[in-house]
Amino acid sequence: MHETMQGSPLPPAATLPRLRLRHYRPRRGWGSAAFDTLNVTVLTLLCFITFYPFYYVLIASLSEPVALAAHQGLMLLPQGLSFEAFGRVWQNPMVRSGFANTLFIVVGGTALNLVLTCCGAYALSRRRLMLEKPVMLMIIFTMFFTGGLVPNYLLVRDLGLLDSRWAVILPFAVSAWNLIILRSAFNAVPKDYEEAARIDGAGDLTILTQVYVPLCMPTLAVVAMFYAVAHWNGYFYSMIYLSDRELFPLQLVLREILVSSSTDSMMTGEAAGREALSTTIKYATVIVATLPVLAVYPFLQRFFAKGVLVGGIKE
Amino acid sequence: MNTPRRAAMPASPNPAPARAPAGYLRRLGRDLARNRVAYLMLLPVVLYFAVFHYVPMYGTLIAFKDFNPAAGIAGSEWVGLDWFRQFFNGLFVERLIANTLLLNIYDVLFGFPAPIVLALLLNELTSEKFRRLVQTITYLPHFISVVVVAGMLLDFAARDGILTQVAVALGGTPDPLINDPSWFRTLFVGSEIWQSVGWGSIIYLATLFGINPSLYEAARIDGANRWQRMVHVTLPGLLPIVSTLLVLRLGQLMTVGFEKVILLYNPGTYETADVISTYVYRHGILDANYSYAAAVGLCNSAVALLLLAAANRLSRKLTGNSIW
Repeated sequence: MHETMQGSPLPPAATLPRLRLRHYRPRRGWGSAAFDTLNVTVLTLLCFITFYPFYYVLIASLSEPVALAAHQGLMLLPQGLSFEAFGRVWQNPMVRSGFANTLFIVVGGTALNLVLTCCGAYALSRRRLMLEKPVMLMIIFTMFFTGGLVPNYLLVRDLGLLDSRWAVILPFAVSAWNLIILRSAFNAVPKDYEEAARIDGAGDLTILTQVYVPLCMPTLAVVAMFYAVAHWNGYFYSMIYLSDRELFPLQLVLREILVSSSTDSMMTGEAAGREALSTTIKYATVIVATLPVLAVYPFLQRFFAKGVLVGGIKE
Repeated sequence: MNTPRRAAMPASPNPAPARAPAGYLRRLGRDLARNRVAYLMLLPVVLYFAVFHYVPMYGTLIAFKDFNPAAGIAGSEWVGLDWFRQFFNGLFVERLIANTLLLNIYDVLFGFPAPIVLALLLNELTSEKFRRLVQTITYLPHFISVVVVAGMLLDFAARDGILTQVAVALGGTPDPLINDPSWFRTLFVGSEIWQSVGWGSIIYLATLFGINPSLYEAARIDGANRWQRMVHVTLPGLLPIVSTLLVLRLGQLMTVGFEKVILLYNPGTYETADVISTYVYRHGILDANYSYAAAVGLCNSAVALLLLAAANRLSRKLTGNSIW
């Protein structure tokens, strides 16, 4: 075998197995070959089913609205070419303010998440704290029992947070799940590093920022990704906590356009083309809303495997 | 610098069993003072959980009261189990419970095994490049918001939508699928699988790559073919993680997916689509029927907790694997 001892200073949580084919298995016989062919066919079909909706939305958004409405059956190329729908979407002030609000929620929310989660995970990785166990129990219990929608709503209302951006940031300030992930990573750091820092006169804050955070960067990145994706995709609590349209995040604007079909404000002109244009506007909205995700996707990709692994049940 | 260190403390590897409360409090006070920086870091986190998780738990009391916003939770009048009675005697209780459970049972039956099958297929691929391509494509929908997925689905299942066209080609009626109650569960579970199968497969793949290769070697030397190796080496290797994830999934049998239901359903499909959470949302938030909705929500949480406990017990019995 080719196991090599690595003198890596990284904690075990960071040295996760690389996803690669390890087992060399010579394949013989027609049964095996038939299976391989079938397997590739099935997976190709799966890729098509997964990818085609995105592709369809893209080519449909670029199509002439009326030609698109007339089209039946599988579509592989845009019907005509028109950028009108994109123009309408971009001129919609709600889409722009939605982007700005979402950006604020994602950046501000994730920053708060990370600071609090780091502090909490650090304190709770100190096994010597007398209150470590009770606090941990208190946090874990919230993963299994929640007050429910109505009491949460009443709390946010009583705190005076309705119709403020805090309403979609503060109630989600720490995720018990992510806190436990980060705490496991901190626990996996050899205690020698901390001892050495303490001898050099470092306090808790210095040890957290100078020892634990740099050593657990991969896990921290994954946790940040989980938080950011949740903020970006969230719509439900914005829907119930926010009624001021100026504050609507992108997903709520999307909901109006895609689900409640309120594209009217974006259209003028004769009735005949309106319904057709409404459809292309919807598709163009999907594209505009998905592009940022597609843009960061390649950068996120290297965290995927690690992300799910550290998210796996460790405790 | 008088930063205390563990090494500097009197060593007590086995702390004495619980002493008198006064002694405990004194020790706690010393501990708080000694580790004040760590406790200060912990404070906002504890405050957050107390305020945003435990206060709502206290707030569920309104399920047993006639909540009057002016009087507050403590000042409202007790009504005992009236709201629960009203719900269980209501017209929709059976429909709501059946819909909640059926939607979830279908999701467990079809949605839970799907990533496992995908991981097994990916594991059998010989081409590394093709495997990466499949993974890149199938992970993608996980990052798309539920609003966009619902929007696409509403459009594909509308009149002239591509899914409705497929249904017509297979001999169905040209009515939009999305308005047909008998199609709701299929569309919901199908889109759920579409969105999560790739992402869900990662953890199984990681487990597969962690299986000791010498087990495969040994099986091959013993004359096992591909299928036998899968049954006797791969599947036993996957079993612990499968059972743990299944327990977690079963614990959520009462909750999952209602954000998507709210986007997808309409009064025409309430018959199969309305679940307990969406009912709570309509009555509690939209109609401001706070106490009634809180009672319904509390039933939901209580049953969910019971299901989790039951599933965990079952898993411990069958596989010796438990999440607590």
